[in-house]
Amino acid sequence: MSLQGTVVGITGNLVKVAFDGKLMQNEIALVDLKGQKLKGEVIRIRGNEAEVQIFEDTKGIGKGDKVEFTGTLLSVQLGPGLLGMLFDGLQNPLNALAEETGFFTPRGHHIAPLDLNQKWAFTGTAKLGQSLYPGDCFGTVPEGRFTHKIQIPYGLTGPLELVDLRPDGRYNLTEPIGTLKNQEGETFELRLSFEWPVKKAIRCYEERLMPTEPMVTQVRIVDSLFPVAKGGTYCIPGPFGAGKTVLQQITSRYAEVDIVIIAACGERANEVVETIKEFPELIDPRTGKSLMERTIIICNTSSMPVAARESSVYTAVTLGEYYRQMGLDVLMLADSTSRWAQALRERSGRLEEIPGEEAFPAYLESMIAGFYERAGRVRFKGGEVGSLTIGGTVSPAGGNFDEPVTKATLKVVGAFHGLSRERSDARRFPAIDPLESWSKYQGVVLNQKRLKMAGLLKRVNEINQMMKVVGEEGTSTDDFITFLKGEFFDSVYLQQNAFDEVDAATPRERQAEGFELVENLVDRPLNLEDKVLAREFFNHLRQRFIDWNSLTFGSEPYKAKKREILNLINEKSQGHGKDL
Amino acid sequence: MERIYNRILQIAGNVIMVEADGPKFGELARIESAQGTSLAEVIKVDHNQVFLQVFSGTAGVSTQDRLKFLGHGMQAPFSPSLLGRIFDGKGTPRDAGPNLADSLIETAGPCVNPATRVLPSKMIRTGIPMIDLFNSLVEAQKISIFSSSGEPHNALLARIALQAEVDIIVLGCMGVLYDDYLFFKEQLENTDAMNRTVLFVHTASDPVVEALKVPDLALAVAENFALQGKRVLTLLTDMTNFADALKEIAIIMEQVPSNRGYPGDLYTQLAQRYEKAADFKGAGSLTLVSVTTMPGNDVTHPVPDNTGYITEGQYYLNGGRIEPFGSLSRLKQLVNKNTRSDHRAIMDAMIQLYASSRETEEKRAMGFKMSPWDQKLLLYNKLFAQKLMDLEVNIPLEGALDLCWSILAQCFTPEETRLKSELIAKYWPTG
Ligand SMILES: Nc1ncnc2c1ncn2[C@@H]1O[C@H](COP(=O)(O)OP(=O)(O)OP(=O)(O)O)[C@@H](O)[C@H]1O
Ligand SMILES: [Mg+2]
Repeated sequence: MSLQGTVVGITGNLVKVAFDGKLMQNEIALVDLKGQKLKGEVIRIRGNEAEVQIFEDTKGIGKGDKVEFTGTLLSVQLGPGLLGMLFDGLQNPLNALAEETGFFTPRGHHIAPLDLNQKWAFTGTAKLGQSLYPGDCFGTVPEGRFTHKIQIPYGLTGPLELVDLRPDGRYNLTEPIGTLKNQEGETFELRLSFEWPVKKAIRCYEERLMPTEPMVTQVRIVDSLFPVAKGGTYCIPGPFGAGKTVLQQITSRYAEVDIVIIAACGERANEVVETIKEFPELIDPRTGKSLMERTIIICNTSSMPVAARESSVYTAVTLGEYYRQMGLDVLMLADSTSRWAQALRERSGRLEEIPGEEAFPAYLESMIAGFYERAGRVRFKGGEVGSLTIGGTVSPAGGNFDEPVTKATLKVVGAFHGLSRERSDARRFPAIDPLESWSKYQGVVLNQKRLKMAGLLKRVNEINQMMKVVGEEGTSTDDFITFLKGEFFDSVYLQQNAFDEVDAATPRERQAEGFELVENLVDRPLNLEDKVLAREFFNHLRQRFIDWNSLTFGSEPYKAKKREILNLINEKSQGHGKDL
Repeated sequence: MERIYNRILQIAGNVIMVEADGPKFGELARIESAQGTSLAEVIKVDHNQVFLQVFSGTAGVSTQDRLKFLGHGMQAPFSPSLLGRIFDGKGTPRDAGPNLADSLIETAGPCVNPATRVLPSKMIRTGIPMIDLFNSLVEAQKISIFSSSGEPHNALLARIALQAEVDIIVLGCMGVLYDDYLFFKEQLENTDAMNRTVLFVHTASDPVVEALKVPDLALAVAENFALQGKRVLTLLTDMTNFADALKEIAIIMEQVPSNRGYPGDLYTQLAQRYEKAADFKGAGSLTLVSVTTMPGNDVTHPVPDNTGYITEGQYYLNGGRIEPFGSLSRLKQLVNKNTRSDHRAIMDAMIQLYASSRETEEKRAMGFKMSPWDQKLLLYNKLFAQKLMDLEVNIPLEGALDLCWSILAQCFTPEETRLKSELIAKYWPTG
């Protein structure tokens, strides 16, 4: 029988439980509230009292209520059927829950994450007698357009001998499909699914590789100036309303990866609803299938219990690691990591730990680092490579990046997309500040060209600052033209209309073409006698370019418009190099 | 089981402590003191010690006052006869009407399952161009008016309430001036809106803790009407007072403050209320418009800052006008695609130009020579403020869109507007 305890105290979502016996840190406990089992996690043990953080509403719990400790850690179920699902932070399937409980999510109601009765067409790939290790694939089932690899559970210790494998056929998640024997002669039954604790990284691979391949997001400013790599990490800090969520939403749609896992962590429910409603209808142009088939959503929105917020990001990253094991490129997006950090802060406050900066716990930094460390590009035994890329938004208090969560995140990520209030106020979307942001990865444009454009933007900023002091009349025509060139690059290339069907996503080849065009313009001296003429010319050019941005790539009108733009440039740069 | 206690062991701020063995977390108790009776709520249990926050404050509470546990948490009155009624922050009548103690509902209930939500899609028209055109208000949205003292936020709130086509209005006041309460009452009574309104009123002269329950009461009532198929507009003013009441309790409970004295869970506390806004599939909807005053007119103050991260936008009231910068409706894109084909594009173009015009305005103030382009922007800046930003302006969206085109044509050539050629061909005023 499992260990029992009794409630002796409660503040907020923290319940103090008296117990007598063997108890594990982070063990899952169930508080019995008139028959409802409220789930919680042991977060501190002192003497014969344990502090349990409850994942659900704690109203009505009182001294003397019974508690059952389960002997297990917080785990997720891994197996076919995860794709396309909408889970809460504890992996409850929200659609199935809605069928049982209607509009609301009552506490104490838990459902198996995956449909246990659904049958999957299993094909064994391992041989009887073969020696296997955790993470090795011993069979497959088709899941949508993917070949889902059924693996040896990560928690076992190899080598293990495959002593039985059921014939190919249709099995559900609970039926045994094979048997393993370890060197001590103990046997284990294999099934299509197994569990794994969320806070433990899955390390069943041969080696970690450098993230060298760009992960194309189809957002121009990202791919061209501040790229993200497959298996890399990046963060998007920004004040409220600056466009963090919209940027993640378009990335989740257009990113060139196999699988996207969205962790809506402590943010608005309606934002998740947008994704749930739109994705099934959107076709992934790369596969011709609905976007939902490559997506998993973990949703612990702001009004859902705080404690489950923390687990939601771990649940998401664990599912990401699981699909990476199949040699796939996975992208996990967390919005917002600050809410997760705040959940840690609330917990730390209730435990009366010594607070660090802004009352965040002292271990905040190592928690953040540990989380991003779970990203990576890895090579498996057979030579196959998989990647997990992590992108997190940060919501700094007051929009000021000089705060604990942003600072700790910037220390560990490979790219930084800082959103600025000025740019979002001026509707210059995506509001990534090109002067502050950076990336350590290689993107779709050569680094040297990227640096050149970044240099131009710096120069333009200087000119702009200067103009504020000496006015337009005190600025030389040359500087003014440089300024207009930079502004042009910004408004037609860096800015991108997320709500225009065509402009919303720019594939790699189109970016290369557009970038080259702007680069040509920037490089050329222009025959513009005065500022009025210069402004007129750029207005003219900008108009053409904006129209070009919403024409279908490669279409006749697209080609014609490009010609028109080139002609305009040629006209004004006669005598300065070959016609374009 | 009657559970009555006569010995209060600790009184600090608005929190008392008794030794008791059965009270549940969140349970209510009634205290009878020389000052009359007051409700109190269990906020912490530690072995035998039970801590309660006292709604009417602890002034006058003595160590031997009678404390009776009620066996339930905070409840709100709910019945059709609620309409036209006025209650206080404890849920007891403030008007002369009968007590509705026989039809009570739980407050602060479970949260809506995201899987059952439907996307908000109906625009609420207000006749205010800065809202309808630039930051459309949407049914089931949660949005706040960011304001500072002296601004007409309550007038704006009342105007939105009276102009919006909704079935029921639930107004929750926290720490408002008595005059403001009378203003709301008068506005509602003058327009007959009163008989589809419920008020929960806590004024600046009432005990601070009573402000804490107003949002929960108002939202519980609103949610229940919405579940019955009604389109409900909930107004909460002023959420900064609510946050300050939270702060007060947190300090008494010796919680570690995170930012300017506010508790670390301020975000969660606010979000749990705001997220009640929802469109219920097959039933009604709950729209939430609140007022958040910004102490020192500082938008980075923890209350407006956390609110901005929670709500689906804000109307930034400054100098008696809704500012185009700082104002935002995140749901506008859900409705403005179905209004008129120029709506989205012109909205962005107008704001981009307005941003440039502000810069020029600054340059002018510093005495720089104005180029012909600057002159155009200056004219634009003036027309924009006069014809669109003034809160007196009351025109339907379509009129406001036409007005935008006419302002653009007065100031600029088509190419200067950054609008797509296709739209220019269709809408640019000729002649
Ligand atoms: N790329 C974009 N194109 C056009 N509009 C955008 C873009 N990004 C953001 N916006 C506008 O800004 C609004 C706010 O964006 P978003 O919700 O992404 O902000 P956020 O940074 O996530 O804010 P919060 O921190 O409060 O969640 C959007 O509703 C939209 O109107
Ligand atoms: Mg967001």
